Amino acid sequence: MAQGNHSLGLCAVAMMLLFVSPETSATARQPAKTHVIVVGNLSFGAVPNSVRVGDTIVWINKDIFRHTATARDNSFDLDLAPGAQAQTVVKKTGILDYYCRFHPGMTGKISVVRRLQ
Amino acid sequence: MMRKLAATAFLAFAVGSAAFAKEDSKLNDAQIAHIAYTAGQIDIAAADQALSKSHAPAVRAFAETMKRDHKAVNDQATALLNRLRVKPEANPTSTALSEQATHSLAELAKLEGSTFDRAYIQNEVTFHQTVNAALQNTLIPDADNADLKSLLRTGLSLFQAHLIHAKQIAQSLR
Repeated sequence: MAQGNHSLGLCAVAMMLLFVSPETSATARQPAKTHVIVVGNLSFGAVPNSVRVGDTIVWINKDIFRHTATARDNSFDLDLAPGAQAQTVVKKTGILDYYCRFHPGMTGKISVVRRLQ
Repeated sequence: MMRKLAATAFLAFAVGSAAFAKEDSKLNDAQIAHIAYTAGQIDIAAADQALSKSHAPAVRAFAETMKRDHKAVNDQATALLNRLRVKPEANPTSTALSEQATHSLAELAKLEGSTFDRAYIQNEVTFHQTVNAALQNTLIPDADNADLKSLLRTGLSLFQAHLIHAKQIAQSLR
Protein backbone atom coordinates (compact mmCIF):
# COMPACT_ATOMS: atom_id res chain seq x y z
CA MET A 1 0.00 0.00 0.00
CA ALA A 2 2.85 2.26 0.97
CA GLN A 3 4.54 1.37 -2.30
CA GLY A 4 1.33 2.21 -4.16
CA ASN A 5 1.06 5.64 -2.54
CA HIS A 6 4.64 6.39 -3.45
CA SER A 7 3.96 5.54 -7.10
CA LEU A 8 0.87 7.70 -7.12
CA GLY A 9 2.87 10.61 -5.69
CA LEU A 10 5.52 10.33 -8.41
CA CYS A 11 2.85 10.15 -11.02
CA ALA A 12 1.20 13.33 -9.68
CA VAL A 13 4.51 15.20 -9.73
CA ALA A 14 5.16 14.07 -13.31
CA MET A 15 1.70 15.23 -14.36
CA MET A 16 2.28 18.64 -12.74
CA LEU A 17 5.58 19.02 -14.58
CA LEU A 18 3.90 18.15 -17.84
CA PHE A 19 1.32 20.83 -17.37
CA VAL A 20 3.61 23.45 -15.92
CA SER A 21 6.68 23.15 -18.13
CA PRO A 22 5.25 24.52 -21.43
CA GLU A 23 4.09 27.69 -19.74
CA THR A 24 7.37 28.09 -17.87
CA SER A 25 9.47 27.71 -21.03
CA ALA A 26 7.27 30.11 -22.98
CA THR A 27 7.79 32.93 -20.52
CA ALA A 28 11.48 32.21 -20.11
CA ARG A 29 12.43 31.92 -23.80
CA GLN A 30 10.15 34.55 -25.35
CA PRO A 31 8.72 33.13 -28.57
CA ALA A 32 10.00 34.63 -31.82
CA LYS A 33 7.76 37.37 -33.24
CA THR A 34 6.89 38.45 -36.75
CA HIS A 35 7.14 42.15 -37.57
CA VAL A 36 5.88 43.91 -40.68
CA ILE A 37 7.49 46.80 -42.57
CA VAL A 38 5.30 48.30 -45.28
CA VAL A 39 6.97 49.84 -48.33
CA GLY A 40 4.97 52.61 -49.99
CA ASN A 41 5.34 55.95 -51.74
CA LEU A 42 9.04 55.33 -52.27
CA SER A 43 9.84 54.93 -48.60
CA PHE A 44 10.13 52.27 -45.92
CA GLY A 45 7.35 52.39 -43.34
CA ALA A 46 7.51 52.49 -39.56
CA VAL A 47 10.18 50.35 -37.95
CA PRO A 48 8.94 47.78 -35.41
CA ASN A 49 9.91 48.06 -31.75
CA SER A 50 11.71 45.41 -29.73
CA VAL A 51 13.09 43.30 -32.55
CA ARG A 52 15.07 40.35 -31.20
CA VAL A 53 17.43 37.84 -32.76
CA GLY A 54 15.31 35.06 -34.27
CA ASP A 55 12.36 37.33 -35.08
CA THR A 56 11.02 37.49 -38.62
CA ILE A 57 10.66 40.72 -40.60
CA VAL A 58 8.04 40.64 -43.34
CA TRP A 59 8.41 43.31 -46.02
CA ILE A 60 5.21 44.17 -47.89
CA ASN A 61 5.52 46.31 -51.02
CA LYS A 62 2.33 48.36 -51.42
CA ASP A 63 3.96 50.70 -53.93
CA ILE A 64 3.38 50.73 -57.68
CA PHE A 65 7.18 50.45 -58.11
CA ARG A 66 9.53 47.50 -57.75
CA HIS A 67 11.82 47.77 -54.73
CA THR A 68 14.35 45.76 -52.78
CA ALA A 69 15.01 45.43 -49.08
CA THR A 70 18.78 45.03 -49.05
CA ALA A 71 21.01 44.79 -45.98
CA ARG A 72 24.15 46.95 -45.99
CA ASP A 73 26.04 43.95 -44.59
CA ASN A 74 24.72 41.79 -47.48
CA SER A 75 22.97 39.44 -45.05
CA PHE A 76 19.81 39.64 -47.20
CA ASP A 77 18.64 41.08 -50.51
CA LEU A 78 14.90 40.75 -51.08
CA ASP A 79 13.35 41.61 -54.44
CA LEU A 80 9.91 43.15 -53.97
CA ALA A 81 7.73 43.42 -57.05
CA PRO A 82 4.68 45.71 -56.70
CA GLY A 83 2.22 43.99 -54.36
CA ALA A 84 4.73 41.32 -53.33
CA GLN A 85 6.07 40.43 -49.92
CA ALA A 86 9.17 38.63 -48.65
CA GLN A 87 10.68 37.87 -45.29
CA THR A 88 13.93 37.45 -43.48
CA VAL A 89 14.92 36.15 -40.06
CA VAL A 90 17.05 38.48 -37.96
CA LYS A 91 20.34 36.74 -37.21
CA LYS A 92 22.39 39.07 -34.99
CA THR A 93 22.18 41.95 -32.56
CA GLY A 94 23.06 45.55 -33.39
CA ILE A 95 21.86 48.11 -35.92
CA LEU A 96 20.45 46.53 -39.06
CA ASP A 97 20.89 49.03 -41.91
CA TYR A 98 18.92 48.45 -45.10
CA TYR A 99 18.15 50.26 -48.34
CA CYS A 100 16.52 49.83 -51.75
CA ARG A 101 19.03 48.99 -54.51
CA PHE A 102 16.81 50.63 -57.13
CA HIS A 103 16.23 53.79 -55.09
CA PRO A 104 19.29 54.32 -52.87
CA GLY A 105 17.63 57.32 -51.21
CA MET A 106 15.25 54.84 -49.54
CA THR A 107 16.94 53.74 -46.32
CA GLY A 108 16.05 52.45 -42.88
CA LYS A 109 17.50 50.89 -39.76
CA ILE A 110 16.32 48.53 -37.06
CA SER A 111 17.85 48.09 -33.63
CA VAL A 112 18.09 44.35 -32.87
CA VAL A 113 18.55 43.14 -29.29
CA ARG A 114 19.36 39.67 -27.99
CA ARG A 115 16.66 37.15 -27.19
CA LEU A 116 16.11 36.63 -23.45
CA GLN A 117 16.76 33.01 -22.41
CA MET B 1 36.72 67.00 -78.80
CA MET B 2 34.81 64.43 -76.77
CA ARG B 3 34.72 66.76 -73.81
CA LYS B 4 33.26 69.51 -76.02
CA LEU B 5 30.59 67.15 -77.35
CA ALA B 6 29.67 66.13 -73.81
CA ALA B 7 29.27 69.76 -72.85
CA THR B 8 27.09 70.36 -75.90
CA ALA B 9 24.85 67.43 -75.05
CA PHE B 10 24.53 68.62 -71.49
CA LEU B 11 23.49 72.09 -72.59
CA ALA B 12 21.04 70.70 -75.11
CA PHE B 13 19.20 68.79 -72.41
CA ALA B 14 19.58 71.46 -69.77
CA VAL B 15 17.65 74.01 -71.79
CA GLY B 16 14.67 71.70 -71.34
CA SER B 17 13.83 73.94 -68.41
CA ALA B 18 12.87 76.63 -70.93
CA ALA B 19 10.01 74.38 -72.04
CA PHE B 20 8.52 74.78 -68.58
CA ALA B 21 8.43 78.56 -68.68
CA LYS B 22 5.17 79.67 -67.13
CA GLU B 23 2.45 79.79 -69.73
CA ASP B 24 0.09 82.73 -69.97
CA SER B 25 -3.00 80.75 -69.05
CA LYS B 26 -3.53 77.98 -66.53
CA LEU B 27 -3.00 74.49 -67.92
CA ASN B 28 -6.01 72.18 -67.97
CA ASP B 29 -5.86 68.57 -66.75
CA ALA B 30 -5.62 67.11 -70.26
CA GLN B 31 -2.58 69.31 -70.97
CA ILE B 32 -0.98 68.58 -67.59
CA ALA B 33 -1.42 64.85 -68.19
CA HIS B 34 0.22 65.17 -71.60
CA ILE B 35 3.22 67.02 -70.17
CA ALA B 36 3.73 64.51 -67.34
CA TYR B 37 3.32 61.55 -69.68
CA THR B 38 5.74 63.10 -72.20
CA ALA B 39 8.35 63.67 -69.48
CA GLY B 40 8.12 59.98 -68.56
CA GLN B 41 8.45 58.86 -72.17
CA ILE B 42 11.48 61.12 -72.65
CA ASP B 43 13.24 59.48 -69.74
CA ILE B 44 12.36 56.00 -71.03
CA ALA B 45 13.85 56.89 -74.44
CA ALA B 46 16.99 58.22 -72.75
CA ALA B 47 17.24 54.97 -70.75
CA ASP B 48 16.88 52.87 -73.91
CA GLN B 49 19.72 54.81 -75.47
CA ALA B 50 21.88 54.32 -72.37
CA LEU B 51 21.19 50.58 -72.39
CA SER B 52 22.25 50.37 -76.03
CA LYS B 53 25.49 52.31 -75.49
CA SER B 54 26.76 51.95 -71.93
CA HIS B 55 28.75 49.05 -70.49
CA ALA B 56 29.01 50.48 -66.96
CA PRO B 57 27.00 48.29 -64.55
CA ALA B 58 25.89 51.23 -62.36
CA VAL B 59 24.74 53.26 -65.37
CA ARG B 60 22.90 50.29 -66.89
CA ALA B 61 21.19 49.47 -63.57
CA PHE B 62 20.11 53.10 -63.25
CA ALA B 63 18.72 53.10 -66.81
CA GLU B 64 16.79 49.87 -66.11
CA THR B 65 15.24 51.52 -63.05
CA MET B 66 14.30 54.63 -65.05
CA LYS B 67 12.56 52.48 -67.67
CA ARG B 68 10.69 50.36 -65.14
CA ASP B 69 9.61 53.23 -62.85
CA HIS B 70 8.51 55.68 -65.53
CA LYS B 71 6.60 52.95 -67.33
CA ALA B 72 4.82 52.15 -64.05
CA VAL B 73 3.75 55.79 -63.60
CA ASN B 74 2.71 56.19 -67.22
CA ASP B 75 0.69 52.95 -67.07
CA GLN B 76 -1.13 54.38 -64.05
CA ALA B 77 -1.65 57.66 -65.88
CA THR B 78 -3.10 55.89 -68.91
CA ALA B 79 -5.48 53.89 -66.71
CA LEU B 80 -6.57 57.04 -64.88
CA LEU B 81 -7.17 59.01 -68.07
CA ASN B 82 -9.20 56.15 -69.53
CA ARG B 83 -11.28 56.02 -66.37
CA LEU B 84 -11.84 59.78 -66.47
CA ARG B 85 -12.43 59.67 -70.24
CA VAL B 86 -9.84 62.42 -70.66
CA LYS B 87 -7.74 62.51 -73.82
CA PRO B 88 -4.23 63.93 -73.22
CA GLU B 89 -3.87 67.21 -75.06
CA ALA B 90 -0.63 68.23 -76.75
CA ASN B 91 0.46 71.76 -75.86
CA PRO B 92 3.45 74.07 -76.42
CA THR B 93 5.20 72.82 -73.25
CA SER B 94 4.98 69.11 -74.12
CA THR B 95 5.91 69.82 -77.74
CA ALA B 96 8.98 71.82 -76.69
CA LEU B 97 9.98 69.05 -74.30
CA SER B 98 9.78 66.43 -77.06
CA GLU B 99 11.77 68.54 -79.52
CA GLN B 100 14.52 69.22 -77.01
CA ALA B 101 14.68 65.57 -76.02
CA THR B 102 15.05 64.51 -79.67
CA HIS B 103 17.91 66.97 -80.06
CA SER B 104 19.53 65.74 -76.86
CA LEU B 105 19.32 62.08 -77.91
CA ALA B 106 21.05 62.99 -81.18
CA GLU B 107 23.85 64.78 -79.32
CA LEU B 108 24.30 61.95 -76.82
CA ALA B 109 24.40 59.46 -79.70
CA LYS B 110 27.71 61.03 -80.77
CA LEU B 111 29.37 60.13 -77.46
CA GLU B 112 30.95 56.85 -76.41
CA GLY B 113 32.25 55.08 -73.33
CA SER B 114 32.76 56.97 -70.10
CA THR B 115 32.13 60.30 -71.85
CA PHE B 116 28.65 59.10 -72.76
CA ASP B 117 28.08 57.72 -69.25
CA ARG B 118 28.94 61.02 -67.60
CA ALA B 119 26.86 63.07 -70.06
CA TYR B 120 23.84 60.76 -69.74
CA ILE B 121 23.90 60.82 -65.93
CA GLN B 122 24.48 64.58 -65.80
CA ASN B 123 21.53 65.07 -68.14
CA GLU B 124 19.44 62.86 -65.87
CA VAL B 125 20.33 65.08 -62.91
CA THR B 126 19.35 68.21 -64.82
CA PHE B 127 16.21 66.71 -66.34
CA HIS B 128 14.91 65.43 -62.99
CA GLN B 129 15.64 68.78 -61.31
CA THR B 130 13.71 70.55 -64.07
CA VAL B 131 10.70 68.23 -63.97
CA ASN B 132 10.64 68.30 -60.15
CA ALA B 133 10.40 72.08 -60.21
CA ALA B 134 7.66 71.98 -62.86
CA LEU B 135 5.65 69.41 -60.89
CA GLN B 136 5.98 71.39 -57.66
CA ASN B 137 5.41 74.88 -59.03
CA THR B 138 3.00 74.37 -61.93
CA LEU B 139 1.62 70.93 -62.69
CA ILE B 140 0.49 69.83 -59.21
CA PRO B 141 -0.96 73.25 -58.19
CA ASP B 142 -2.79 73.60 -61.53
CA ALA B 143 -4.30 70.09 -61.61
CA ASP B 144 -8.03 70.09 -60.78
CA ASN B 145 -8.84 66.39 -60.57
CA ALA B 146 -7.89 64.93 -57.17
CA ASP B 147 -6.75 61.58 -58.61
CA LEU B 148 -4.54 63.30 -61.19
CA LYS B 149 -3.09 65.53 -58.46
CA SER B 150 -2.36 62.45 -56.37
CA LEU B 151 -0.65 60.66 -59.28
CA LEU B 152 1.44 63.76 -60.00
CA ARG B 153 2.52 63.76 -56.34
CA THR B 154 3.58 60.13 -56.74
CA GLY B 155 5.48 61.21 -59.84
CA LEU B 156 7.20 63.94 -57.84
CA SER B 157 8.27 61.44 -55.15
CA LEU B 158 9.65 59.26 -57.93
CA PHE B 159 11.55 62.07 -59.66
CA GLN B 160 13.01 63.13 -56.31
CA ALA B 161 14.19 59.57 -55.62
CA HIS B 162 15.70 59.35 -59.11
CA LEU B 163 17.46 62.67 -58.61
CA ILE B 164 19.20 61.39 -55.45
CA HIS B 165 20.22 58.23 -57.31
CA ALA B 166 21.51 60.14 -60.36
CA LYS B 167 23.56 62.49 -58.17
CA GLN B 168 25.14 59.51 -56.39
CA ILE B 169 26.15 57.94 -59.71
CA ALA B 170 27.41 61.27 -61.08
CA GLN B 171 29.64 61.52 -58.03
CA SER B 172 30.98 58.00 -58.54
CA LEU B 173 31.76 58.66 -62.23
CA ARG B 174 33.95 61.70 -61.56
